[in-house]
Amino acid sequence: MSKEILVNVCMGTGGIAAGGVEVMEAFKAGFADAGMDASVEKHCAVHQVGCRGFCARDVLVDVAIDGNRATYQYIKPDMVPRIIEEHVKGGAPIAEWMVGDDYHSFHDRQVKVVLSDCGRINPEDIDEYISVDGYKAAARVLNEMSPADTVEAVKKSGLRGRGGAGFPTGVKWGFCAANKSDRKYIICNADEGDPGAFMDRSVIEGNPHAVIEGMTIGAYAIGADTGYVYIRAEYPLAVERLKKALADARAHGFLGQDIHGSGFNFDIKIKLGAGAFVCGEETALIASIEGERGMPRAKPPFPANKGLWGKPTVINNVETLANLPYIFRRGPEWFASLGSEKSKGTKVFALTGKIKNTGLIEVPMGIPLKEIIYDIGGGIEGDRLFKAVQTGGPSGGCITAEHIDLPVDYENLVKIGSMMGSGGMVVLDETDCMVNIAKFFLEFTQAESCGKCVPCRIGTKRLLEILTRITEGNGRPGDIELLLSLANDVKDASLCGLGMSAPNPVLSTIRYFRHEYEAHIHDKRCPAAVCRALITFMILDDKCKGCGVCLRACPAGAITGEKKKPHSIDRAKCVKCGACFDVCKFKAVLKE
Amino acid sequence: MNDNDTSKLEAVFERYSTSGGNIISALQDMQEEFGYIPEDAVYMFADKSGIPASKFFGVATFYAQFYLHPRGRNIVTACCGTACHVKGSDRIISRLTDELGLAHGEHTTKDGMFTLEKVACVGACSIAPVVIVNKKVYGKMTPDKTVKELNTYREEKSE
Repeated sequence: MSKEILVNVCMGTGGIAAGGVEVMEAFKAGFADAGMDASVEKHCAVHQVGCRGFCARDVLVDVAIDGNRATYQYIKPDMVPRIIEEHVKGGAPIAEWMVGDDYHSFHDRQVKVVLSDCGRINPEDIDEYISVDGYKAAARVLNEMSPADTVEAVKKSGLRGRGGAGFPTGVKWGFCAANKSDRKYIICNADEGDPGAFMDRSVIEGNPHAVIEGMTIGAYAIGADTGYVYIRAEYPLAVERLKKALADARAHGFLGQDIHGSGFNFDIKIKLGAGAFVCGEETALIASIEGERGMPRAKPPFPANKGLWGKPTVINNVETLANLPYIFRRGPEWFASLGSEKSKGTKVFALTGKIKNTGLIEVPMGIPLKEIIYDIGGGIEGDRLFKAVQTGGPSGGCITAEHIDLPVDYENLVKIGSMMGSGGMVVLDETDCMVNIAKFFLEFTQAESCGKCVPCRIGTKRLLEILTRITEGNGRPGDIELLLSLANDVKDASLCGLGMSAPNPVLSTIRYFRHEYEAHIHDKRCPAAVCRALITFMILDDKCKGCGVCLRACPAGAITGEKKKPHSIDRAKCVKCGACFDVCKFKAVLKE
Repeated sequence: MNDNDTSKLEAVFERYSTSGGNIISALQDMQEEFGYIPEDAVYMFADKSGIPASKFFGVATFYAQFYLHPRGRNIVTACCGTACHVKGSDRIISRLTDELGLAHGEHTTKDGMFTLEKVACVGACSIAPVVIVNKKVYGKMTPDKTVKELNTYREEKSE
């Protein structure tokens, strides 16, 4: 009897960057070389799966023999022959390469809805999606439910927009459905522009059919016959998989005329974003699809009344849409049972920064931040001191240690001056300067401001100038008050969400880390030793072994010294790049 | 603009007119054909379509995707997203700028071999900091590793 052998190689962007393609080729070649004859080969498939979230451990490989699965981490092509030899042929899994307890604690605390099939099925094979009940929800909705019932069901589920502000999805649909029009549109917003967020990319790469099914349900509910996916051109793999998924769905009759035999017609087009953060804003996104500069306009009229080409339009985010098949499969009551009082269901977060387990996580709304950081994330990298979590990207703010027990949901985040945003969570430790972080986000929003309204165009520029002079040691007394007053003006007077939220990183860092601003301005000191103009490097004589590693690493020729004798840095030549600090194994380089 | 370029442009215009006249799509198509948006091409397009050239330039300069100058043979993209930023992308960029001998405001090397670009986020935050050369993604980079990878692209040229 031949055994059934299944090898799964993680092939998200993270997996591919870590060498996923080479690992997969190595398995294919290895099976061929091992002389596994044709009958074995039939049962032996090398699958590619989408992102399973734990990208820091890539390449992740599952080897399943007759259903007994073992997961390997950090796999390189040269490790494959031994896996084939000892595990596949010999039946003895290689324990030292397998994932440990922390891999399981990373996954055990999570509740997967949107990501439940990501990493389990081959995103390029529609049959695998169908085998996990894919497209059943759409077929049932289209054949058995009225559009009004569909809207009601989404309202009952409590689903809120996952793109940022958290507007109730069912209510939005209801507005659009109430409009009479010869044409309506549904748009999937996949212009994921927040630096530090990548859940939409992962959902499309890992399970594109769920997005298509969700859009179909939405289109039926509001009465749209055309959908657009507005997706970033910077996500080539996601675009490619989405294109294939659309073609396969059409071939199966899940898109096009008379979908699922219901008489409902709907099709989806892809629109590549041309690279502008402001296009995440609904009216700017619509302008961009129409081929114009992506500049927001005043609301009302809201897109639900007057959107694309002047027709009623619903715009939903990728994660919102990908929730829908699961809501209709398991019922709105089930979905509403997850999460907190006002925020239902789960949320996908991109956990990154100075944390041990980086990756994509899905947790119930209302989970305490502490569980995310320490139980799922495994704590701070290098066991340094936790400082803050930055959520909501350039529109959000910081959560500090004092709020570490806070249940994470829409309302609570706003209460402490941050926001959910699209779900980026960047963990910062004691070596991160909060003034520098605020400046980083302002650089971004200032560059991305479309320039239409004065408060945002000029206000963000002035905010950035003040922050820059503070980090360069030229801060003036009164700068903090000036920042606060200017930030509040920009917030109050800007036209769209970009300008209204751009000052948040400044306000939030001043609120919780005012002392760091004061140290920069009054003492000309950067407490985290990040701002180059305010730090100096020196070598500690008692710790320096004279190994010469720093001397070779210094790009400015600022380090001198004889072998085996303490070296020194010429401050006039030092460019403060930090190369010596990084390479020294003896902690002999002091940065302050 | 030579005859070959003109006929390429005719084809772009043909597709533009038949597909409903979307300016972004036309510019994307133009860039696909020429590798960038040549100024001459925009003026020619403006004449043919009767839409002012300022409109095309307005759109082209609004979006990060469009280039008004030719780009290098190898595109080096350094990610400057939040995660990459806190993990030291600044130092990778300043090292790359030095290594490629780029002056302030310059993006492409004199020999046309490399173009250095920054991108706000490529969404590969868990392997930060990230550098992309052409379409290959390199994760967990350091200034040294980046220079080493860059040199492999240089060698390919001399071979």
